[in-house]
Amino acid sequence: MGAQTINYPAIDWLAIAPLIILLSGMMINLVIAALTRVWPRAWYAIGTVVLAVAAIIVEMFIWHDINQDGSRIIINNALSIDHFAMFCWIGIAGALALVSLSTAEYLRREDLEGPEMYALYICAAIGAMIMTASNDMIVLFLGLETLSIALYVLAASHRRRPDSQESGLKYFILGGFASAFFLYGIALIYGSTGTTNISGIGNVLSTEVFVNGDDAMLLAGIALLIVGLAFKVAVVPFHFWTPDVYQGAPTPVTSYMASVGKFAAFAALLRVVTTALPTRAEDWRPVIWVLAILSVVVGSVLAVVQTDVKRMLAYSSISHAGFMMIGIESIGHSGDVEGLPATLLYLMIYSVLVIGTFTVVSLVTRTGDDGSDIGSFRGLGKERPALALAMTVFLLAQAGMPLTSGFIAKFGVIQAAAANESYAIAIVAMVASVIAALLYLRIMISMWLSDEESGDDKREAIKVPFSAGIVVAGAAFFTLLVGVWPGWLIDAAQAALQLAK
Amino acid sequence: MSALVAAATPTTTWYLVLAAVLFGIGTVGVLVRRNPLVMFMCIELMLNAVNLSFVALAKRLGDIGGQTTVFFVMVVAAAEVVVGLGIIVSIMRKRPGANVDDISALKG
Repeated sequence: MGAQTINYPAIDWLAIAPLIILLSGMMINLVIAALTRVWPRAWYAIGTVVLAVAAIIVEMFIWHDINQDGSRIIINNALSIDHFAMFCWIGIAGALALVSLSTAEYLRREDLEGPEMYALYICAAIGAMIMTASNDMIVLFLGLETLSIALYVLAASHRRRPDSQESGLKYFILGGFASAFFLYGIALIYGSTGTTNISGIGNVLSTEVFVNGDDAMLLAGIALLIVGLAFKVAVVPFHFWTPDVYQGAPTPVTSYMASVGKFAAFAALLRVVTTALPTRAEDWRPVIWVLAILSVVVGSVLAVVQTDVKRMLAYSSISHAGFMMIGIESIGHSGDVEGLPATLLYLMIYSVLVIGTFTVVSLVTRTGDDGSDIGSFRGLGKERPALALAMTVFLLAQAGMPLTSGFIAKFGVIQAAAANESYAIAIVAMVASVIAALLYLRIMISMWLSDEESGDDKREAIKVPFSAGIVVAGAAFFTLLVGVWPGWLIDAAQAALQLAK
Repeated sequence: MSALVAAATPTTTWYLVLAAVLFGIGTVGVLVRRNPLVMFMCIELMLNAVNLSFVALAKRLGDIGGQTTVFFVMVVAAAEVVVGLGIIVSIMRKRPGANVDDISALKG
């Protein structure tokens, strides 16, 4: 028995540099937080923004590098470095920067401690980035858990609010439940194909003819995998945790869950269906079809009957997830040509929109983070016209109004559905978006037209701190810019078609 | 007699069935039990059922990959324990003996 040598995989340091930057930033953050007694709150937010911007710059370099040298799969087939991954990484790092900025003043207002919040944001971003680039089911699972565990803590991080703790507990129990389903799906797919590698599964399925027994195991595996991911992206009928968790969690954390959490889980779903399971489209497409239709309808209808704005936006996020599912459904018809860029575009646009919307909500809920009832928005148009205007832009965009980014997003997925002759799904989606428009209209009427009621003048005045102002203005600018001049973002999403398989 | 013994020799299928049964018990447990700690234990049971199927499948396929996966899953489960117990303890400190039906301020 001679000493066995271990073959270490070659590591492409440039490609994982964004992950390393964020990871070391998180470590430094935690060390400083442990060593200093009184911490300068704003510095942690600024530090996190600097990290995120540094990561975005490196991601731009990698994007350029892929343009020249092509996409590749690195570290023993574990991570795919392609335009798809970079598009998601830039989106996630951008969301990290925006949410850290909006958290800074939130923490001061709520008198919370919390360099840990930023460390957890960064940790969740690393998990999300690993998920979007993973080329192995196990790496995907590890990324998913890194993201989820950080989000459980973040949801429960407002220690004085019982709602926040309840939200953390519910998210934790149901998230763990979903992870177990997801993992069982991986195990069964591994059992039937003999590999956990995503492109490996794709190769096996495109070449081998299955005997009956293995096929049953594979189908059960695909079903469990979709259930697990459907929980994470919150589509009907796996949505029931979403309203409670979104309402109870601290509002900036809600915006982070709705942007980064959806981004990562949808990107993982996209990669699985386009790389691992394209030959099994006939099997998973009907499931996605049902999930998409249920989500757009149930999400829109239940959103309209809510009285709490955070719950409304949670249901509207379910309906938006349904729209993204429409993009995935069209991948099942004709491959990734139309569906993949449309879904990615939707994800990017929705992330920015939802961060902008929830930032305004977090300012309007006032100290204590409890006033998310729609009545809190009464008279916002008179008190803070600029804030109300920005909120109006976000709401119109979520409704899919032309000249805002939301129109480009919805147009993309419905066009993809129509191109594949899924007319039923396209019509249902359009009807549902009209119903959902009622909800956005209700908030707008409350802001601009509602008469003041007695006691309104005793409410705490809404303060717009500088950092949150930047987030709102930036998100509103992005929304209008993409609405008027969408070409560059559409081109970037189209570039993502060249997946590393 | 020898045929009976041969039929009773465990195969990987036995382990897969056992894992499926354990996973089912865990699922039902999460759905029907009302104590957050017990629900959490049921989730751990589900994860370990998956571990058992990974090992059985790795044995069937003659592939080491499935067995190494189990270590990753165990680490993830341990991390979940830390976070989950932290959340449960912080709730129980405010409301001793609460079950998940008591913790239901959020609805609509």
